[in-house]
Parts: sequence; structure tokens; C-alpha cells
Amino acid sequence: MTKLLDKIKKAELRGKGGASYPVYLKWEKVAKARSRKKFVICNASEGEPDVMKDEYIIEHHPEKLIEGMKLCMKEVSSDKAFLFINQDYYKKYSKRLKGLIRDDNIELFKKPHPAGYIAGEESSLINTIAGERAEPELKPPFPSTKGLYGAPTIVNNVETFYDVSLLNSNQFNNTRLYSITGDCVWSGVYEFADDETIEDILKNTNNYPSFEFFVQIGGGACGEVLNSDQLNRPVTGSGSITIYSKSKHKPVSVLKNWIDFFMNESCGKCTPCREGTYRLHEILKDKQPDWYMFFAILADLPETSFCALGKSVSIPVISYFQNVLKDDTKFSSIYNINKQ
Amino acid sequence: MPKNTIKINKKDYKFEKDETILNVARRNNISIPSLCDHADFCAKENCRVCVVEIKGEHGLSTSCGTKAKSGMEVFTDTDRVEKSRGLNLEMIFAEHIEKCATCIWRFECKLLKYAREYNLLINTFPDRKGKRPVYKFKNAVELDSSQCIDCRNCIDACSILQGIDYLEIKGKGHNQEVAPTSDRRKHCILCGQCALHCPVSAAQEQANWQDVEKEILNDKKTVVVQFAPSIRVSIGEDFGMDYGEIVTEKLVSSLRALGFDFVFDVSYFADITTIVEAEELLERITKKGTLPMMTSCCPGWVNYVEHYNPELIPNLTTARSPQIHGGGVIKTYWANKMGIDPKDIVVVSIMPCTAKKYEASREEMTINNQLPVDYVLTTRELSFMIKKSKIDFVNIKETKADNPLGEYTGAGVIFGGSGGVMESALRTAQYILEGDNAKLSKKRIDFHDVRGLEDIKEAEIDIAGNKVRVGIVNGIKHIKEIIPRLKDFDYIEIMTCPGGCIGGGGQPIPTSRAIVKERIAALYRDDKNKKVRVSAENESAKEILDWLKENNLEHKTLHTRYFKNLD
Repeated sequence: MTKLLDKIKKAELRGKGGASYPVYLKWEKVAKARSRKKFVICNASEGEPDVMKDEYIIEHHPEKLIEGMKLCMKEVSSDKAFLFINQDYYKKYSKRLKGLIRDDNIELFKKPHPAGYIAGEESSLINTIAGERAEPELKPPFPSTKGLYGAPTIVNNVETFYDVSLLNSNQFNNTRLYSITGDCVWSGVYEFADDETIEDILKNTNNYPSFEFFVQIGGGACGEVLNSDQLNRPVTGSGSITIYSKSKHKPVSVLKNWIDFFMNESCGKCTPCREGTYRLHEILKDKQPDWYMFFAILADLPETSFCALGKSVSIPVISYFQNVLKDDTKFSSIYNINKQ
Repeated sequence: MPKNTIKINKKDYKFEKDETILNVARRNNISIPSLCDHADFCAKENCRVCVVEIKGEHGLSTSCGTKAKSGMEVFTDTDRVEKSRGLNLEMIFAEHIEKCATCIWRFECKLLKYAREYNLLINTFPDRKGKRPVYKFKNAVELDSSQCIDCRNCIDACSILQGIDYLEIKGKGHNQEVAPTSDRRKHCILCGQCALHCPVSAAQEQANWQDVEKEILNDKKTVVVQFAPSIRVSIGEDFGMDYGEIVTEKLVSSLRALGFDFVFDVSYFADITTIVEAEELLERITKKGTLPMMTSCCPGWVNYVEHYNPELIPNLTTARSPQIHGGGVIKTYWANKMGIDPKDIVVVSIMPCTAKKYEASREEMTINNQLPVDYVLTTRELSFMIKKSKIDFVNIKETKADNPLGEYTGAGVIFGGSGGVMESALRTAQYILEGDNAKLSKKRIDFHDVRGLEDIKEAEIDIAGNKVRVGIVNGIKHIKEIIPRLKDFDYIEIMTCPGGCIGGGGQPIPTSRAIVKERIAALYRDDKNKKVRVSAENESAKEILDWLKENNLEHKTLHTRYFKNLD
């Protein structure tokens, strides 16, 4: 094992895209793979609402990001890398990034507009780069075995490559970046220890609300919802905390926001996600929503969806009912009668 | 648990290497519903209807895409499975506007079957695709978006199977729609493979059975039906018979029971086509005409040439296809013989093909201001009519097709499979050159080199001292491999659909590679059992050809032209 890989392993570095998969396992697999072609892809799609930590790195530490990618290419013997970046970031930072890359081996790949959120999922991302429809593939095989153009491929998040470059220069202190947004004064991206509690993060950034509130952590779409008594734990998934004022946000409109996001971002490949999110949307449009069917579809989505997008629709919704709406007489009885 | 065994619903079942759970279940008559899977394609796993519970797995798994592993414990009917499967099916039902009253798929419809079998409502959700368009491709095929369940089999058929890439997905999520490509360089060749692979008949033939029913009821018309060689080995499947059963006589009786006045066998006209085509081949070879000569009896292939490779038009044989020869002979020679005004004759073809509908409507086919064939029905349309009329196909008293046009040779029959047209022409070419001597050797009747279901077959065949280099393209996708090498051939047979007409876009559903194999074997069995197996020995066919010559109808009835880039 090389020195860098050993460091990554000892630091127990995990991917920062949301799934928290151990970095060294992915890298080791691709490094050991026997293939003439190997690819490294940096995922700067950042399509999840309320997450903007990757932009922070691209804006403030692009040289570290590029260094991390180059270290990875060397580590796994790849001579071609892609920086897959959304259109907004491309517009803002492509000049600077191109100046830093100065190398044909790393290609800036602008995410096509219709690809959307799903293009951030690694197999859809690979399809997008290959010119195919932005849709997920069956796994296994995982990209580390069969990725871009069939070659072993590493797909890591911006922050992961950033961490690697810190680790390489012994500057890594087990911290991570947190986006804080929503009903707060000091929204922005902050750096804290990766086991810092949500409560401490909010307090240390002067964002702890004085009103009744709840939060969504780990992404503004598929993240879990917690009430204000559940904040004595670290953030899981991608690093984000969204603050919701209880009095400002009516339950059905909060639900609609999530559901509409998933419906609009569904690629359409599988029945439960394509049809299910549409039907959830329709149910919420109704003056008297069919809550039984609402929860039946929510239960079906994680059971039979093709990829993580469909599987995660129920996470914010169910945790919202369980952790927040339990105090609301009307919605707690809706949940208790119809949950499955 | 013993090796290579899985448990399904607590019982042990053996599995073979790489076998999916769905396959193991099917082999053992365990019912699992499925819509998007098809034996011709890799599992896409997008309908999520075949889900099962596997012990130890987090969510449910698709049985079509999960391979059986030793020790796996699978459950197909738990509450969890039933709930999700039922809901996914009900959401799919709401994608499909029911047009059952006129749908020829009514008796086979999987959606209706699953609704009954699993006690589901087809209207749990309101239909959501009511305003979607119907895309019509000439007069042959249509894609009804208001019935599409987004399984994408049609796209696999058009792209992976046929290499035409005419269909694509527009939009995403619930707004997605399978639609013709906006790439104007691509054209539909009307092969109908999309329809053959569609599980819900959203891609389908443009049906003509209602028109035909009206003609049958019209007393002033003599309605003549002719059925293609390949139908006899496939239509039985629609009535629960085994793959590859030869049901010619049941078919004839069923057609009579439907009210057709005369029933003719296209195999007979295939003999005429063979003689015309073999003469042309010999002429091109001896007089140094355009070579290689290419077959033109497959209308999908003709469409392909006209759209994509019009420079090959001179290579196509000018011989019309068997159904057009049939219609022409019926409305000239036969009408004359019977003393019927051709205007009072309606010719209906039963074809394994959707492109034949378009071929029959082409203006240049006209003889004396009349099209030789008035209507073309697919095998599926005929099955539907037989079922709708409650005719007991399996037990019907068998009858033979009408004489004198009913005696066909073995060569006419094998037209239905890939390599068959070539073999028929070779038999006749040899007969023309060698005369009766050819009969001396049996080997020369069976040209084994041109048989089989390989994508491309090549052979050099000695015909009376002439070396003829032949090629057979089985499936339009493979034509691209042959076109750069045309110089290597004297005669090429091209069939658009894999397997030839027996795998045609109008055939019974399902059709797959394995099923095609059974059907083609049956065609060769039928050929083997015929006393006369060389078209040129079909005496009555020769008589008709002589009559056409004498009446100056030879060219009009037997030959045709092709045009560049028809749109």
C-alpha cells in the first residue's frame, strides 16, 4: 500500500457526497484493477437543494481540489480525469479552474441542463459523460469495476478530493464543511469537526433560533428531518443543515416542496419513482388528500425504486411526520391512521 | 441446501448457471407478473412488477434481473410483495388508456390478466395520458402514446435488435414519451418489431380487420384471402398450441369459417416469385447485369434501401413479392378463369408483417387501375378475428386451400424463414440450368449452407458449373456489415426481421429467438414432406406465367420499380 493510501485508510476518510463510503476501498479497488484505461471523476454536480459546500471549495480552494484529483490519478494510474460541474458553477469558475488545470488530462465537463439532480448519482453521471441519457444503471457492477466506457472509474465528491489533498500535506484535522441555510441570519458554509453536534454547530455560528423550529440535515431534499430536541448528534449524509421556522412553514407546503422536487428530478426510468412521485404530487394538490394512498406510495418507493433517488423520497417525509408533526393534532392522527 | 438450488416459497428448485429467479420460477409454473422483460433483451428492470422478497435483502428485488444463487430464499407472495407489486401495477394501469373494445390484443392483454389474477382495480388512479398523441408510420405501424407504459421495449427493438434507432425518449420523469426521433436522417422502415415487443399493444399494427369484416358482409364482393408461408407454423401459438406446430389446414378452415369466399396459399405464389427471380438472377449472371442481385420480397428491406441506400436500387430484383404476385394473378388469370369482374374481387393477405400493409398500398403495384391486394392483416389481427368469432381453431375440421391455385411446392413454404428465398431460387436456378438431371441428387435440393439462424451466412454454390457466391442477411442490423463487401457476392437475401418472416413484426406475441427456431424447423419439416420441392416444377405456376405472357400482363403483374427516399 502506498503512503497516501495508507494515510487515507488510517484517517478513515469517507466520501463526502452523502453515502460516506470509505475512500480507500474505492481507490484500492481501482488501483488494483487490471485495465489499460482508468478514469477519475470529480462530482461537482451539487444538485441537492441547500447544499453549497462544494461551491465553497471551488471558489476558495480550487488548487487543493485539482491537487486531490491529480493525486488520485497518480494513485490509481489513470491518465484521464473529468471534473463534472453544474452549469452555474461552470459559468462562475471555469476560467479560474482551466487556468489551474493547465493539463489536457483533466477535462472540465459541463453538466447538460436537462440532466438535473439525477446526473449527480454516479452511474447517471457516467452515462451523461458518455453522451447517454442521465439515468442510473444496475449495480453491481459498481463504477470501480465497470464505469465510464466500461473502464474502472473513481467517482468522488469535490470535498473528498479536497480532503485528500489536505491529508497529503498533513493538514487534515477530521473536519468537514457544513452548509447552513433556511430561516437563519448567518447562512453560509462553515468548517467543524466531523463529529460536532448539530446543536453546537448552530450555536457556534450564532444561528440557533429563538423561535420554534425544526431542521433538515444531510441535504435539502433527501435529508432527514429532526426536531429541536434531537440535535445532540452529528450531521450524517452530505454536510448541510436547513432551519425551518415552525410558524412560517405550513405542513402541506413543506411536503409539496419535497415531493415536487423529486417529481421534477425523477428520470422516468422506473415505475414507482416516475408514477409514484407524480401521484404523490397529485394527492397533495387535492383539497382532501387521500392520505392512505399517500403513505402506501411512500412505503412502496423505498421497496421497489431502481435507484437512491426514488428510495429516498420517504426519508424527509416520514421523519417530518415522526419527529415534527407528532405534536400537531391533525397531522399526527393522519399519520397514525394511515402509516404503513 | 444442495448446490445450485434455491428456495422459492419454501420449496427447493434447481437452477442453471446465470439463470434469473424469474426464469426458475417460470420453469416451475410459479406465477410472477412481468411487463418489461423480454427474452430478446437484457433485463432493464424498469417496470418493477416482478419484484420478490429475498431473505436478507433490504428492499424488494426484481426477479428478472437477479440471478439465482445457491442458498437464496425467495418469496413471491408475501404481503410486502403483494402490496408493492399491486401498487406498481395499478400505477401502470393508469398510464394505459383502455381501448379494449377495438383492441386486437384484448384476449391476450397482460394488464387485464394481472388485474384479474391479483384482484386489482384498473381505475385506482385516473388515467393520465389521455391527451398524448398517436404516432402513425405510413399505413403500417402506430405508436399510441396514450397506451404506453414506458417499459421501453420498443426502443430496444428498434435500436438494439434492428439498429434503426428511430424511436427515442423525449422529456423525463412522468413527462417522458417514446416518440420518433427528430433526426431527419433516420426513417422508420415499418418492420413492426416495436409492436412485436410491446407488452401492452401501444406499439401496434394499424389494424384493418374492421374493413375486412365489412367486405366479407358485402354480398356483391368475392373476398379472396391468401395467407403467407410463415403463418402456418406460428398462428397455432395464439390458440395455446405448441411452438412449431404446422396448422395449415386448421388455418384454411378457420378462414372459411370467417366467411372468406376463397382461400389461397401464398406459398403457391412464392413459387411464381421464385421462378421470376431465378430467371432474373441467371440473366444477370450470364449477361453481366448489375450484381450482386438482392432479394426484394421483404418490404422492410425495400424501405431501408429507398431511405438509406438508394444506390442499391439497381441491385434489387424487379420481381414483385409473393403477396403482390398473388393479388395480381387472382385479379387477372383467376378472375378471367372464373368469369368474375376483377373490380368485384377483394384480395386480403394474411401476413406475418406490418410493412406488407404499406407494400400493398404502393401505387406502382397497380394493374389496370387496381391494386393487387386490397387489405393486409397481420397474424395477430387474424387470431383476434378468429377468437372474436368464437371459432374453435384447435378442433376445427381441417380443409385444404382452394385449387387450382392451392398446390404449392416445398420451396414456396420455406420462403418464410431466413435463407428460404435463397434456397428456393437456387433450387430453381439449378433446375433451369440442369433440367431433370438435378433430380438425380437429393443433396442438391437441400442447400444446407444457407440454412440456420446466424446473423450472416455466406456460401459458394456450384450450379451447373457456375460458381454463385451467395450471402444471407438475417436481421436488418447486419446489412451494414455486408454493404462494404458487396463485391464478394452474386446474390444476397436480406430479411429485415431476425429469423425472417417467421420472426416478423406481425407474428404472435411472444416471439423470441428460441421461438423463431421452433417455427423455422417446422417450415423445413413441411418442405421435406412435399413431393415437389422445386418451384420450377410447379406445372400450374408455369401455366399461369405462360398465360400472363400471352395476355401481355407479364411485366405489369410480375415486376416492379423502386424509388429513392420515399417519405
